[in-house]
Amino acid sequence: MEFFFEPLRYEFFRHGLLAALMVGSLCGLIGVYVILRGMSYVGHGLSHAAFGGAVVGFTLNFNFYAGAGAMGLLAALLINRITKNGKVKSDAAIGIVTTAMFALGVVIISQVRTFTQSFEAALFGNILGITDKDLLVIGLVTVATMVAIFLMYRPMLFSTFDNEAARVFGIRTEIVQLLFSFLLTLSIIASMNVVGVTMIAATLITPAVTARMMTDSFSRMLIYASIIGAITGVAGMYLSYIFNAASGATIVLFGALLFCVSALIKRTREKLMLRLNVHRHGNLIHSHPHDRRHAKQDWKPGNDPAESKIPQSKAE
Amino acid sequence: MNSAVSLRKVTAGYEHNVIFAGLSLEIATGQFAGIVGPTGCGKTTLLKTILGTHPIFAGDVLLNGRPAGNGRPGAIGYVPQLGSVDWSFPVTVEEVIMMGLYTNSRIWPWASKEERERVHNLAHRLGIYDCLHHHIVHTSGGQRQRAFLARALISNPKLLVLDEPTSGVDIKTQHEVLHLLGDINSEGITILLTTHDLNAVASHLPWVICFNNGVVAQGQPRDIFTNEILTRTYGGDIVIVKHDGHFLIANSTPLHLMNNHS
Repeated sequence: MEFFFEPLRYEFFRHGLLAALMVGSLCGLIGVYVILRGMSYVGHGLSHAAFGGAVVGFTLNFNFYAGAGAMGLLAALLINRITKNGKVKSDAAIGIVTTAMFALGVVIISQVRTFTQSFEAALFGNILGITDKDLLVIGLVTVATMVAIFLMYRPMLFSTFDNEAARVFGIRTEIVQLLFSFLLTLSIIASMNVVGVTMIAATLITPAVTARMMTDSFSRMLIYASIIGAITGVAGMYLSYIFNAASGATIVLFGALLFCVSALIKRTREKLMLRLNVHRHGNLIHSHPHDRRHAKQDWKPGNDPAESKIPQSKAE
Repeated sequence: MNSAVSLRKVTAGYEHNVIFAGLSLEIATGQFAGIVGPTGCGKTTLLKTILGTHPIFAGDVLLNGRPAGNGRPGAIGYVPQLGSVDWSFPVTVEEVIMMGLYTNSRIWPWASKEERERVHNLAHRLGIYDCLHHHIVHTSGGQRQRAFLARALISNPKLLVLDEPTSGVDIKTQHEVLHLLGDINSEGITILLTTHDLNAVASHLPWVICFNNGVVAQGQPRDIFTNEILTRTYGGDIVIVKHDGHFLIANSTPLHLMNNHS
């Protein structure tokens, strides 16, 4: 237990741990909508636009969050507007709008070199430099997003699954889309200092995809993704402390590891289920729900004389 | 005439491409009508115009006397083409049906006891109760069609619109779905669907609209399915075999037979 309590003696670690826990669950939750709407690239893009906004805001003596938020929202609205008539696809619009905004930030930094250092935190994350103000912002955004998703669960699910039908049934899909863009932008801005612009996409996508492999239910996927995100954040923080590695990168790597383990378990379970369900009578193969006891009685690998005659591909 | 759907001099299309112009069409309340026509003739645009999801350049679209898109939520039931559904989406059959109730004022994410009872009763009626908790991808073509039909019916619509309900399912399921739609129509719900299956229309639907960038003809199948009208609609030879009061509609003579004749 010493390894668990020892880092908690440091305030920077406690702040970082709390930030990682909240950002992990926040990104996991909103990430479910991101991947199911086929917008995995948008998180990556919006974080870059927000970075450009933060730089512009800093130059104009605005607050970091105000500049990032304004530019992030502007990017989301522009992407919606450009893709509305269907001529330009969303991935292309994201590439044009958000990269241009990021480039604007880079140009300003290259001209005003005095604040280059402070923006490295936004680019690569500086979880150990999280302040009380950052924690407050992350906490407020996390609670607001969770409440909004709870209250808008029904229209958001319907419009994510079948936007056109949702519109026919009377759901204000434009408002739902706008709300989603707003929540996503807020989540990205709140997470920028924790994992960094370059790695936000992974914290949005990985927990959601891992959760998708564990369940076929949308509501459970939301809960699982949130929990997986939180676990990833906490475990990543401890691992980064133990191995003295960059915290944001360690969180992302741990998320990827969880995904690999989950994919492996799913694959193994599917193979096992298929094996237990394959039922043979001589040369006849058929598959039906079958319990383990019967499967053992009826067929075991290698004891069926017909098995050698059956091509492996058919059996699988 | 009391119209469930009324299009008055409607012009619609896409930028620089008018699909139909000055179209006027009335679908009577309680009608069971099918729109047929070749691929690219504007059937889907017409359907989307009626549903209010496609912008129009001119004219008026009224549904049960109200402008399209201004009716009560759930007043129109819509069943999309199965091919347009994301089958990997994590939802069960029960969740799909429940979506039809998502336009009510309830804000809690979970279903109320009354909502659950409504879903279960409808699922019983449509024969999909046993697969309510299955993921949508683990259902047959017929069960999928019924699940989406249940979603459309759960909010007690006056008008039911279906986009190609007979495509992608086997012939037995086609007949089952069309019989089911006939039963639903007999309860007073107006039904409008698009299809490519002329034989299914001929044997199940009381009203047909032949469409090709405009209404070519409309009426009962026995009056509409003539060589002249179908040729005008599809722009090619169509063979119509009438036997014992039934129709069999096929393409013009197959190539290998044509070669034999020559």
